[in-house]
Amino acid sequence: MKRKRLLRGFLFGYLALVLIFIFAPIVFSIIFSFNSDRFPTIPLGSFTLKWYETIWQDPDVWEAARNSLIVSLSVASVATFLGFATAYTDYRYRFKLKPLYLALILLPPTIPLIIMALAMLAWFAKIGLAGQVISIIIAHTVLTAPFAMAIIRLRLSQMDASLEAAAWNLGADQWRALRRVIIPFCRPAIISSFCLTAAVSFDEFAIAWFISGLNKTIPVVILEIVTGNIDPQVNAIGSFVFLTSITLVVIAQVVFMTRNKKEKAHHG
Amino acid sequence: MSVSDQSPQMPSTGRATITPDRRSRLFKHALRLPIVVWQGLFFVAPLFFLVAMSFFIVRNYRMTEAFEMKNWLKMMSRDYFWDSYGLTIGLATLATLVVMTVAFPAAYTLAFRVSENTRRWAVFLLIIPFFTSYLVRIFSWYVILAESGVINAMLGYIGLGPFIMLNTKFGTIVGYMTLTLPLVIILQTFALANIDRTLVEAAHNLGCRPWRTIVRVVLPLAKTGFIIAAVFCFILSFGDFVSPYYLGGSKPPTLPILIIDTVKSGQQWPRAAVVAVVMMVTLFIVAFGGIAAAYRRRLS
Repeated sequence: MKRKRLLRGFLFGYLALVLIFIFAPIVFSIIFSFNSDRFPTIPLGSFTLKWYETIWQDPDVWEAARNSLIVSLSVASVATFLGFATAYTDYRYRFKLKPLYLALILLPPTIPLIIMALAMLAWFAKIGLAGQVISIIIAHTVLTAPFAMAIIRLRLSQMDASLEAAAWNLGADQWRALRRVIIPFCRPAIISSFCLTAAVSFDEFAIAWFISGLNKTIPVVILEIVTGNIDPQVNAIGSFVFLTSITLVVIAQVVFMTRNKKEKAHHG
Repeated sequence: MSVSDQSPQMPSTGRATITPDRRSRLFKHALRLPIVVWQGLFFVAPLFFLVAMSFFIVRNYRMTEAFEMKNWLKMMSRDYFWDSYGLTIGLATLATLVVMTVAFPAAYTLAFRVSENTRRWAVFLLIIPFFTSYLVRIFSWYVILAESGVINAMLGYIGLGPFIMLNTKFGTIVGYMTLTLPLVIILQTFALANIDRTLVEAAHNLGCRPWRTIVRVVLPLAKTGFIIAAVFCFILSFGDFVSPYYLGGSKPPTLPILIIDTVKSGQQWPRAAVVAVVMMVTLFIVAFGGIAAAYRRRLS
């Protein structure tokens, strides 16, 4: 009995350590952003807001924040639309080249970002789309559409297939059934997908760095500061970036989970 | 589950929905085609162009479309290319072994020792870092692992160190773990949680000792999920440039860093394309090998 308790203690202690390892960089980055030392360590220096003041007054950061906002909102909209259309196609139709069709949308996350970055840099230069905000939007949409597709597909698989058929039988045409039955049912997944794709786009730096030209996004600015030398400004921008993406991801998960729970409670 | 091709022309009630065939086809294609066009133009085309580009030549700092083996011969004959290749494969393999091992006790605990509710919360927590700026997390490690950083300061209190952790393989692996550990734990947890518990109990009842149960019963049952986790871990580590650059010191560079150096300083896009194509071929082999192993029926 004693050995069992020991093992249990060990396993939970281990799990705690792993979680500490995973969250340590996030927590330390936030702590360091309020720390006066140029090279933070233990014991901590005094409390300061000067790193936040520095980035607040930096026009480059503002410009990048504006670009990031435009890019991630556009990416989230287009990727969610494409993801929805693909998820619905997969849910509703069966056709010959379907495995190929699904591979087309699901493969991008398995290709290393650095390879996609080089390929897109060269291709966009060739078709005359280099160095524009729209090029980043296009590239990020390719990257994030699979996430949108996966989330919405998961939701569709929870749907009672007879719902849509019922709408048809009651005289709704396919567009109307889609708008009035399918989309409302998928709404939590659509919201989740919007937040998650926005978060991925907001944090992506490799492709953006290669193709953005002068239209830098926030992660590209961070990458350039980091390449220079140690500068605690990064912690300040970083904390802001963490806060944004954690908020988006948490919203995405909460929306998706609570809706499911409610429905389960309703049925059971 | 799916209503595969169930068309509204066949309503079960008497009322005929007169949706003309043409409209139905329009509906179908309006949903199906956008992604094909989009991914065709912006995903497949760039990759094909990348392969083509590896045969282009650079003359007077300008890239000209051609079909020559020059870049391939040049890169293949250089020792530094093969050094980078060996290093990248070695580091990614090491990272995969370390991450799979480190993740296992955590995934085991989440799969077998906690309630379903706790597991859901743990997965909820583990998803967050996956979508949170990797770049800033690595910068944070850079400061934490430094010679006068947090870890060495803490070790200093108990009279140890300082240890050099930056610009070493250790640093690189810490970075790779930051990238892949949450994902691997999630995939392992799902793989373990899905196995049939009665088989584990049967082994236990028949007197099988815990370790033996894990090796002979649990792991074979969770094989597919574990291989998928390992393949993802390898792909992510193999393609990452941030950890080996900022934490590993980049001497010698890994393949992703080699691509960046070749593009950013040398303007030699075609040679970078050669490196990228070699990387893709390697990853295809690893991925297909993994999938083949995952779905192979057990002999005997």
